[in-house]
Amino acid sequence: MRRLTPYLLALPGWMWLAIFLIVPMAAMASVSLQSGNAIDGFAMTFSVSNYSDALGRYSTQLVRSLLYGGMATVAMLAIGYPVAYWIAFKGGRRKSVYLFLLLLPFFVSFVLRTISWNFLLADNGILFGTLKGWGLLPADFHVLATTFAVVGGLTYNWLPFMILPIYVALERVDPRVVEAAQDLYATRTAAFRRVVLPLSLPGVFAGVLMTFVPATADPVNAAILGGTANTMIGNIIQTEYLTNLDYPTASALSFTLMGVLLVGIFVYARALGTENVLEAAAR
Amino acid sequence: MRGTRMGDRLLHLWTWLVILWLSSPIAVMILFGFNDKQSKSNTTWQGFTLRWYGELFEISDLTTALTNTLVIALVSTAVTVVIGTMLGLALGRHRFRGLGATNFLIFAAISTPELVMGASLLSLFVSGNVPRDSVTIIVAHVLFSLSFVVVTVRARVVGLDPSLEEAARDLGATAWGTFRQVTLPSIMPGVAAGAMLSFALSIDDYVVTSFVNGSTVTFPLWIVGAVKTGIPPQVNVMGTLIFGIGVLIAIGNAIAARRRT
Repeated sequence: MRRLTPYLLALPGWMWLAIFLIVPMAAMASVSLQSGNAIDGFAMTFSVSNYSDALGRYSTQLVRSLLYGGMATVAMLAIGYPVAYWIAFKGGRRKSVYLFLLLLPFFVSFVLRTISWNFLLADNGILFGTLKGWGLLPADFHVLATTFAVVGGLTYNWLPFMILPIYVALERVDPRVVEAAQDLYATRTAAFRRVVLPLSLPGVFAGVLMTFVPATADPVNAAILGGTANTMIGNIIQTEYLTNLDYPTASALSFTLMGVLLVGIFVYARALGTENVLEAAAR
Repeated sequence: MRGTRMGDRLLHLWTWLVILWLSSPIAVMILFGFNDKQSKSNTTWQGFTLRWYGELFEISDLTTALTNTLVIALVSTAVTVVIGTMLGLALGRHRFRGLGATNFLIFAAISTPELVMGASLLSLFVSGNVPRDSVTIIVAHVLFSLSFVVVTVRARVVGLDPSLEEAARDLGATAWGTFRQVTLPSIMPGVAAGAMLSFALSIDDYVVTSFVNGSTVTFPLWIVGAVKTGIPPQVNVMGTLIFGIGVLIAIGNAIAARRRT
């Protein structure tokens, strides 16, 4: 009986993951190789033409998504690293207060936050409308429906997920190591570059992983902030599935997106020299 | 030395600017819940009113959506916590066949983009002719919350001293008694954290839900649907109230945690 305990404990979880994670992936793989439509029914044709068709039609949006996701990730890193650094080394007794304030946005629905952004950035909204009223901005100034708005929205929404893992990594850095470097005549910059930065890389790795994938695949920001010229692959997949009911194309696109993201993660892991991708990400 | 202090000041200022930036949409949300709007859209400030707090439940679709969201979150959290705690215990305490594969599955579930997860569930339901309603939403929510509960519970289980359980058994406690009186209370903080996370993920989810909802509408889905016609102030009021309750719970939790230590 004792030997069976772990299996009995794990069984419901296993079943859930098997039935609702693995089987659906298989179902999607199968749909992506079929042809037909929701009304006439689908037929298994094992043709990969769904993939080439989908890519032919939507490569612009796919490339744009990767670009926007990448730009947002770089922006998050640039904005978030200094914040994580300051809180970890100078936050003192108020560290938890700062972290709480950074997490505050998550008490508001993701969708609602994005819509509030839309309010803030609206052409004649409370921010730009007021500035225009004061004559500080030209009347035709606008931010909504631009690349800047979408990338800004993505950066905004996932920034805390970038800051937290970097903070955790920096928090673990022993200040005595930095002192030792300075005792050995390293300048402040050199101590940062050669000691602190390398020690924080696992956090950077986890942060990029936690932000790049969801930011690239997010359909909400582009829909609310982007206008028609900034459609991302997430919007296409959603429309193909839910409006056009073109399941084969949508499945092929979903797999392509996931494949590209996996390759991206792999290349990134190799480039950073992280020994164990799974372990770094699981933390 | 002077340069150092200057740098620290800049970093301090930067941190506050980022916090301000992150909170600004929340401020807008709270503010526009008090906006005395005259036209259909609620995007320009037209004066202060408490009217929308009084008429909070006047839009019946919105109220239904909010109720659906809360019921779905409660049920899926309950299911997730039970299954996730069991799996977390198995992974944290025992060595068994399939441990590595399970860890990989957990990682896969966390790193699959929500969009792909939603799409694949829809593919399954379409292939199997499964009608989509709140049950399929709950199934999906349990799926994406499960790994997070497993990870938080496992972390707590790993940090647990096994001799406590041995002592309980030596004193004649049954397996179930040991679990209920020793193991469960010790891992409770992890279970509670997992439950809160799972509840928060569930009430907030738009992407996965949009694929598996059928005709059932949740709060985030209703909001996105209403974007084109204009967001009514009631949405901001509900958002403000949820925000307030969340913050109060978090602060209460922090105070309770400080008392305990």
